[in-house]
Amino acid sequence: MGLAAAIANGDARAASRLLSWIEDGDRRAAAELKELYRLPAPSSVLGLTGPPGAGKSTIADALVGRYRARGERVGVLAVDPSSPISGGAVLGDRIRMQRHATDGGVFIRSMASRSWPGGLSRAAADAVRVLAAHGCRTVIVETVGTGQGEVDVTRIADTVVLVCTPAAGDKIQAIKAGVLEIADIVALNKDDLPDADVAARSIETAFRMRPPGGWRVPLVRTRARDGEGIGGLASAIERHGRFIAGGGILGRKRLANAAHHLRSIVRERLLEKIAARLPDDREMERRAARLLDGSIDPYSLAEEIIESL
Amino acid sequence: MKKPIRVLIAKPGLDGHDRGAIVVAHALRDAGFEVIYTGIRQTPEQIAATAVQEDVRAVGLSCLSGAHLRLFPRVVEILREKGAGDILVFGGGIVPEEDIPRLKEAGIAAVFGPGTMTAEIIDYLRRSIT
Repeated sequence: MGLAAAIANGDARAASRLLSWIEDGDRRAAAELKELYRLPAPSSVLGLTGPPGAGKSTIADALVGRYRARGERVGVLAVDPSSPISGGAVLGDRIRMQRHATDGGVFIRSMASRSWPGGLSRAAADAVRVLAAHGCRTVIVETVGTGQGEVDVTRIADTVVLVCTPAAGDKIQAIKAGVLEIADIVALNKDDLPDADVAARSIETAFRMRPPGGWRVPLVRTRARDGEGIGGLASAIERHGRFIAGGGILGRKRLANAAHHLRSIVRERLLEKIAARLPDDREMERRAARLLDGSIDPYSLAEEIIESL
Repeated sequence: MKKPIRVLIAKPGLDGHDRGAIVVAHALRDAGFEVIYTGIRQTPEQIAATAVQEDVRAVGLSCLSGAHLRLFPRVVEILREKGAGDILVFGGGIVPEEDIPRLKEAGIAAVFGPGTMTAEIIDYLRRSIT
C-alpha cells in the first residue's frame, strides 16, 4: 500500500513519513500528493500568528481541547524557525500541547521553517492536506514568531487569529503595517499583565479605521494558560467562519490561495529544471572573470547566459 | 536539498532537571539537527506517540530520577508496538554503570552519562543514522 492509501486508512506513521518527504523535497512525495489532493480539503483551516512568546501554542492547545470536547479530529502544524547558521532548529511548540500527545484524534507536527520566508515552511500548504487526509477536519497552523512581513499564513488559513500581549504595547504600533492587517481576529493574551486596557484600546482604535460594511475585527481578551477567554475566542472564530461562508467570501479566498499554491509549484518546478541547465560554479567563475576587468557588466552577462540556455 | 536529521529529546519521569536535555538540544541544533523538545514529565506513551507523529530518526531520553530502568525500556517497547522499532533510542542522565547492560539488552542503543562531551553525542548520531 502506498503512503496516501495508508494515510486515508488512519496510519499515523504513513502521515508523518509523507510530511517528511514533503519537507525534504523528496521526489516520491508528488505521486502520493496527487492521490491525496483527490480527498477533501479540511473544512476549516485556522491560522495563529503573532510575536514570539505571545502564547500561540498555548492558545492552540486550548482550542484543540475545545474541538476534541466536540469529538472533532484536529491537526496542528507548528512552525518554528531554522537557524540561518547551522540549518538546525529547536522545535518547542509541542511543549504546550503534550496533554494531547496520546489522543489519537489529534495529530501535531512540528516543522522548521528551513529558511523559507513568510512565517511558515515551504511544506505547509501540502502538509495541511496530509492532515486532512488523515481525518483532521480542522487544521490549526501556527506560524513562527512574526514581526512585520510574515503574512504567508493568510495564503493557507480561512481565518487568521493574531495573538499579541499587552507587554508588546509599543510593538503593536510597529506591527500595524504587517500582521495586524491580515488579522481576522485579535487575541490579546496574558491580559492580566499591566497596560492591558491601553493595549486593547490602541488595537481597537486601529481597527476602527477600517471601512464599514465588511468584517469587523473583534478583539478577544484571553489568559490562555488558565483557559480564560478561550470560549470567547472560539465563538469569534465560528462567527468569522459563518461570515466568510456567506456571500462567497470563503470560495473566493480558497480560489485565490489555490492559484497562489499552483503558481508556487510551477515556479519551483521551472526553477529546478533551469537550475539543472545553469553553468556550474567553475564555469560561472570563468565567465565572471570578465566582470572584474570591467569588460562587461553583470546584467549584460546574465542576459548572455540566459539566451544560451 | 539538505535534509536535517530530526531527533526528539524527551524527559520521561518525574524529575524536573532539564538542564542536560536542553544542553543536548542546543548542541544538536548548532550541529544542524532539527530537535523536537517536549519538556519535562513526559510518559513513555507521550514520548512514543510524539516520535511517530514527528517522524524522528532518534529519541534521546534524559532521566535523573533513577527510574530509567523502567522508563527507557518502556519507550522502546511502545515504539515497537507502533511499528516504529527502527527509531534509534539513546539515553542519558544519572544512570549507574551497572544498569547499562540491562538497558542495552532492552534496546537502548547508547547511554551517555554526566560529563559526556556533546560532540560525542553528535558524532554518535551522525554515525548511527544514515
